[in-house]
Formats: sequence, C-alpha cells, structure tokens
Amino acid sequence: MSLGLIADADLVARCRAGDQQAWAELVKRFSRYVYAITSRVYRLSSHDAEDVFQDVFARTFEHLDELRDDASVRPWIATLTRRLCVDKLRSGGREQLVEEPLDGVGTDDALGELDEAMAIHDAMRTLPEHCAEILDRFFTRDESYKTIGEALDLPPGTIASRISRCLSKLRKQLEGRKPRFQPSIDQ
Amino acid sequence: MTMMNPYDEERLARLLRTLPPAPEAWVAAAQELPRARREIDEIAARADADHEFRAAVTADLEAALAAAGYEVDPSLLPALRARLESV
Repeated sequence: MSLGLIADADLVARCRAGDQQAWAELVKRFSRYVYAITSRVYRLSSHDAEDVFQDVFARTFEHLDELRDDASVRPWIATLTRRLCVDKLRSGGREQLVEEPLDGVGTDDALGELDEAMAIHDAMRTLPEHCAEILDRFFTRDESYKTIGEALDLPPGTIASRISRCLSKLRKQLEGRKPRFQPSIDQ
Repeated sequence: MTMMNPYDEERLARLLRTLPPAPEAWVAAAQELPRARREIDEIAARADADHEFRAAVTADLEAALAAAGYEVDPSLLPALRARLESV
C-alpha cells in the first residue's frame, strides 16, 4: 500500500521506526493543516507562520515517542500548532487577537472547519487516478482548465466534466459521515 | 450551528479552498528534518571527540565543514552553531 493511503497511526509508527519516507509523507499530509492554522486562523505574518510551521514539525519529530495514541496525531499537531501560534502572537504583543473572531468565525469554529476540510482531503486520497489532483488544482490552486489539462496531459475540454464527476465520487466517499461543523447561513 | 446534509458541491468546494498547499520550500525543509538532525548530531559528535576539528569549526564553521568534506545546507548553520556551543 502506498504511504499516501496508510492510516495516520501506521504512518506515525513508521516515523517512529526511523522511516524517512514515512516522515516525508507525514509532513506532506499535515502541512496544509498546520499552514492553514497559522495563516488562516491565527493570521500570522508569512515570516511568523514559517517559524511556527518549522517549529511544529521539529517538535513533532522530537516528541513522537510521547504520543499516547498514534491515531490522535492530528489533534495533537493541532494543539501544538495553536499553542505555538499563541506564543508567537504573545511575543509580538498581539495576544488579544487570539480571542477575537476571524471573519465572523471564532477560532474554535475555524479549527472545526479545517478538521472537516482535512476529512475531505483524507477521502480524496482514495479517489481514482487524477481525481484528487484535478480537484486540488482547480479548487485550492485556482488553476485553469488549460493549465490542469497540460499538467495532467488531458484534453482541456474534458476538465470541467472530470471535476464534476470527481466531486460526485468524493460526495459518495463522504456519504454516511456526519459533518462536525456546519456554518450558519449568515457567515 | 445547523446540522444538515452536507456535502453539496458548493460546500465541498469551499472546504477544499480552506486548505491551500503550504509553500513548497517550507514543506521540503520540514521533510529534511531527520537527515538534518543526523548531520548535526554527527558533526557535533565529531567536534566533541576531535579537539582539532572543534577548534576549526569554532574559528570558521563553514570553512571547517568544507575542509572536512561536509556539504551542509546553509539553512542548518544557525542550528549547528547553537549545537556546537553546547558541546
């Protein structure tokens, strides 16, 4: 099984055993999450966000042995990232911002939404070839049909229908899962 | 907070957009962490055991590393300096 498909707990176990490729996958798997917490939730400057980002993974690497439940690595990383973001804000005299709503969404709700987004990314890993990449390129990288077509060697005219099909497949993957967070309509 | 069903296209698209990729250089640096730590450990251990090498890295770290055949990523030098100070 590809490292991209193995469960978080198995990935952590491999990292603890010194598997360099597993570590690279762990960083890849949680990099967006950590980045979003630093930049989107706590709105750190790029420089501060990079400091926190590297510190999170350095501490994760150092303290992986202390994780009580390998399957809980994501909330563990989330807690660590929040703490380091608060420390960074505090050191810059911006502590009070942490308690302020961001774009009308409180910090806890924003983090809940990121968890929901991570669950969607997890589901994307199980989609057929190209689906995850097409959806990622279109929605998170804002790439055009032409760019996606060129990158994946697919006719640009087929990208829109592929996006639609991939979204349907993703919805099927997610059916039966309970969303943990649903924003109110006034957000 | 309202519970409803959930994964219509608009909502999926919005959630996907909440997790843009981190800058590639940040990810690459974090992925290199174990190798970097090993390299720093190795150099620190040598500095601890070899007084001549230790004097050389204290005098001019980059030149001493190059002379000893180490190709250390410049981004690791601050961490290496801090580590060597504690040796």
